[in-house]
Amino acid sequence: MTALAQSNTSAKTALQIGATAVILVVWEVMSRSGLFYQDVIPSIVEIIRSIVNILAGSEFYRNLGVTAYELLVALVIGVSAGTVVGMCLGTSRFLSQAYERYFYYLGTTPKIVFFPLLITWFGIGAGSKIAMGSLAFFLPVVLSVSAGVRGIDPTLIKVGRSFNAGMLDMARKVYLPAIKPSLFNGFRLGAAYAVVSVLLAETKMSNSGIGFMISDAFMRFQMPRMYAILIIIFLFVAILDSIFVRFLRSRDPALANF
Amino acid sequence: MTGKARIVPSPVSLARMGPALTGIATVIIALVVMEVLVRAAIINPFLVPTPSQMILSLGRLFAEEDLAHRFWLTLGQALIACGLTTLVGIPIGALLHRYGLLRRAFEGWIAAWMAAPIVLAYPLFMVLIGRNSATIVTMAFLAGIGPVIIKALEGLSGVRASLVKVGQSFGLSERQLYWKVLLPAALPTIFTGIKLGAMRALLGVVGMEFLTNVGGLGQLINQLAERYDIPGMFASILFVVAVSVFFFTIVEWAEKWLGARS
Repeated sequence: MTALAQSNTSAKTALQIGATAVILVVWEVMSRSGLFYQDVIPSIVEIIRSIVNILAGSEFYRNLGVTAYELLVALVIGVSAGTVVGMCLGTSRFLSQAYERYFYYLGTTPKIVFFPLLITWFGIGAGSKIAMGSLAFFLPVVLSVSAGVRGIDPTLIKVGRSFNAGMLDMARKVYLPAIKPSLFNGFRLGAAYAVVSVLLAETKMSNSGIGFMISDAFMRFQMPRMYAILIIIFLFVAILDSIFVRFLRSRDPALANF
Repeated sequence: MTGKARIVPSPVSLARMGPALTGIATVIIALVVMEVLVRAAIINPFLVPTPSQMILSLGRLFAEEDLAHRFWLTLGQALIACGLTTLVGIPIGALLHRYGLLRRAFEGWIAAWMAAPIVLAYPLFMVLIGRNSATIVTMAFLAGIGPVIIKALEGLSGVRASLVKVGQSFGLSERQLYWKVLLPAALPTIFTGIKLGAMRALLGVVGMEFLTNVGGLGQLINQLAERYDIPGMFASILFVVAVSVFFFTIVEWAEKWLGARS
């Protein structure tokens, strides 16, 4: 590395470490100041102890498995349904002009409001959370795929037609590869909403899953534990997201322009 | 030759209206089919109310449950949160753009902030700030600020170098450069960020109202669900959709007014 690059990197790291240190110090001061009700801002030592406890126990992983399962099934259902519908909307101008706006309206609506409905239909178990997650994935994917299909270079479509490709072949070999950037962006958007929706749904009504763990800890006023779970989850999601972005960018630098 | 010209609907405009009309027609047909199916008990009437019941419940909701007041409360909180994200997010984005070191250090943190489900920490804010509108606006603000910062940064960085050079050739100061060249050029991207942030903010507002029972439409949906008032619940969900349509129309109108649309 050139000397300039090296000094830049170390300056950046110093800044990050400095900011983290400031935050931690302010936190600890607030915690010990007695300004807040006991344990609302617990000492960092307590929090770290809780983090270690949680990661060491098996309960966390069991709940993580439940939430992950719900999210995964929701992903499969939501993204595949969204892609199909999105492609239909994208290829037909008529359908798009007739119906796309309704998906847009639904898309901008907070999905959590559908939760009571989904509970009534799917029960309070995993079914309603999966339905929530599917809905959260479905709508952004529909809109992104539809826009992506409309943006495909017409030449590619003509080439496909010139080979007399049937609808299924066109979809698999022409459309899908061409809309990969839009699909991934829609997926990423949907993933953020899906994670929030599923976790909030678990917080509200569930007896397993990460959301439940958080709500449970809060109910028992075990604040360090709650903070610990939150921190672990935030880090987990952030790391997953950055891995995903790196993976996308390695395939194509223009992707993941979020 | 005199005489009034006959006004004939041009085929073009009919064709243009066709799809939109089809959309509306489909919705109406679907509602009618639903009405029939539920009345015939082919679909369990406990799970799905008839559309007529939903519409009728609106009257009750307006009178008893203060639907109008709740609508404005939810909308108002969302607008305040959105305004805050704009006022705070754009300067932060500009700061990150101006000082490359800050950007390199913290851009990753902002991306992480956006990916993580911040609203999950709501019980803590509730304990710290209280069970009131301030908490809701705060959570919505935190949820929505990420995209604003990132898009502001992206927009400012993406301004064409030639524009910047023209500004510099006129001897503009740093501040003038930002106000007169960079910010206007970045406005479209910034507005994309504002819209993304607005979506998250509205999600935050309604979600928080739903979970913390402070007030507004979110709380109404929760209460109606717990009372098993399914038609009312459906009706208020429709109202939330109306709020989001309203909200985004306002945002897009502001966008047009500021000339950000090209």
